[in-house]
Amino acid sequence: MSTQPVIELIDVWKSFGSQQVLKGVNLSVTEGKTTVIVGASGQGKSLIVRHILGLVKPDKGKVLFCGKEITGVSKKELMEIRMNFGVLFQNAALFDSMTVYDNVALPLRERTRKTEREIGKIVHEKLAIMDLGGNDDKYPAQLSGGMRKRVGLARALVLDPRIIFFDEPTTGLDAAKSRELYRVFYQTQARLGYTAVIVSHDVPKVLKLADYVALLHDGAIRDLLTPEEFQLSQDPVIREYVETTMGPLYSSKMEDAI
Amino acid sequence: MPDFLEKLGGNALYYINQTGRMGVFLFYSVISILRPPYKIFPAVRQIYVIGTLSIFVIIFTGAFTGMVLGLQGYHTLRKFGAEGLLGSAVALSLIRELGPVLAALMVTGRAGSAICAEIGIMRISEQIDALECMAIDPHKFIVAPKFIAGIISMPLLTAIFDVIGILGGYVVGVKLLGADEGAYFSSMYKDVDFQDVYMGFIKAVCFGFLIILITASKGFYVHLEKGGGFGAEGVSYTTTSAVVMASVTILLFDYFLTSVLL
Ligand SMILES: Nc1ncnc2c1ncn2[C@@H]1O[C@H](COP(=O)(O)OP(=O)(O)O)[C@@H](O)[C@H]1O
Ligand SMILES: [Mg+2]
Repeated sequence: MSTQPVIELIDVWKSFGSQQVLKGVNLSVTEGKTTVIVGASGQGKSLIVRHILGLVKPDKGKVLFCGKEITGVSKKELMEIRMNFGVLFQNAALFDSMTVYDNVALPLRERTRKTEREIGKIVHEKLAIMDLGGNDDKYPAQLSGGMRKRVGLARALVLDPRIIFFDEPTTGLDAAKSRELYRVFYQTQARLGYTAVIVSHDVPKVLKLADYVALLHDGAIRDLLTPEEFQLSQDPVIREYVETTMGPLYSSKMEDAI
Repeated sequence: MPDFLEKLGGNALYYINQTGRMGVFLFYSVISILRPPYKIFPAVRQIYVIGTLSIFVIIFTGAFTGMVLGLQGYHTLRKFGAEGLLGSAVALSLIRELGPVLAALMVTGRAGSAICAEIGIMRISEQIDALECMAIDPHKFIVAPKFIAGIISMPLLTAIFDVIGILGGYVVGVKLLGADEGAYFSSMYKDVDFQDVYMGFIKAVCFGFLIILITASKGFYVHLEKGGGFGAEGVSYTTTSAVVMASVTILLFDYFLTSVLL
């Protein structure tokens, strides 16, 4: 890693009641690269993202954004930091009393001085990329789960953010749609060069997109590796994860190698 | 005994905490109202939702309040041979007390509950988090238009309530029971001062402000509400508690405002 990390978590602890969820998370996210966080359900992957977004304060430890502690900054500074963000929540968090069009248009209306015509052009372009043409006037409740997710993605990308956070972007999408989506990520990443933090379960596929993979296990990041290193890691925990998620094809290849 | 004390202390802390939250909420809301850009349309929309949509209820309750005042007032005043004062009795009760208070209670029930539930649902479905992450201030986007609308709508609704009430008193007192028509209006004209209208206006503005402050902040912090359960149940519990709290606060403030303004 040559460049300085944009985001750094240093020994982050977080508990809810008696449940200790994060037990000393260390993670650094490199500028312009895609970091994928994997791990079993309920391990606290979404919680890590919420820490980075400044929505949750750690009990102990630090979350640094460009070297500045995100929980220590003023509301105004936090707002300025978030100007760089494009976020997809796990549940999409669409504004449920606004139409699809208005959802995607909102960041443009509130954060830019574009005219309604320019906004319409951008919104339709983003919706088309997500294969959502003709759904302008639908409300989130009238969409399927996968469609909602794609509206959330269109909304997250509409301002061409510098850093994107996608929490399980392909969960609930069929295989063809998720492959298509990965292609879109790959292309936009190449075009815009944004930094990405992606939480995913979709393990063999998402590795193609990743520059770094972090496995969250038992409240801590087990290791931060490149996808190749990750698949061949000798760490027993990572190895078990790779084997269970990728199936016998990969593990037998590994055994051959040994 | 220690158990009881612990519970008492816990509750006291909780309410102090909640009051503090409301203070913080108010602070950020006021800042967000004062800071540009100023958008007219969201506030106008909220005036429609909070104000215009309440007009029917206000007319209805105003009419019946005025009518019952006419009925009661006529029979009471007749005992003293003072039917001629019916107009001023009805108008003063409405303008100084009943108009602002009853209109505020109606708006609490109609619009206050809706505000609390709407914001509460936005909170539990992470829509408020999403706004924050888009660097859109939820106070500016959601709360500020409601504050502006509440403060503008309440005096207008109160004025409608007063006028309809006075007409209701007229219909019952004069048309039905036969009080003197000229005396009804002339006594009103003679006895109602600017001071009375001013008091009613101040009350209406304060109540409008309080309704929005309490119901919106309760909804905004629905996730911190104690003992309300989660999800839909949490929102429904909080909405009920916000309506009760707003109603009680209106009656309390009514007393204090009256004692200060009188
Ligand atoms: N607000 C909260 N209150 C209580 N527990 C929480 C809260 N948020 C998350 N948790 C707990 O933290 C753990 C991690 O949650 P999450 O980050 O959503 O997991 P993941 O995204 O990895 O599936 C879960 O066990 C969950 O119960
Ligand atoms: Mg999650």
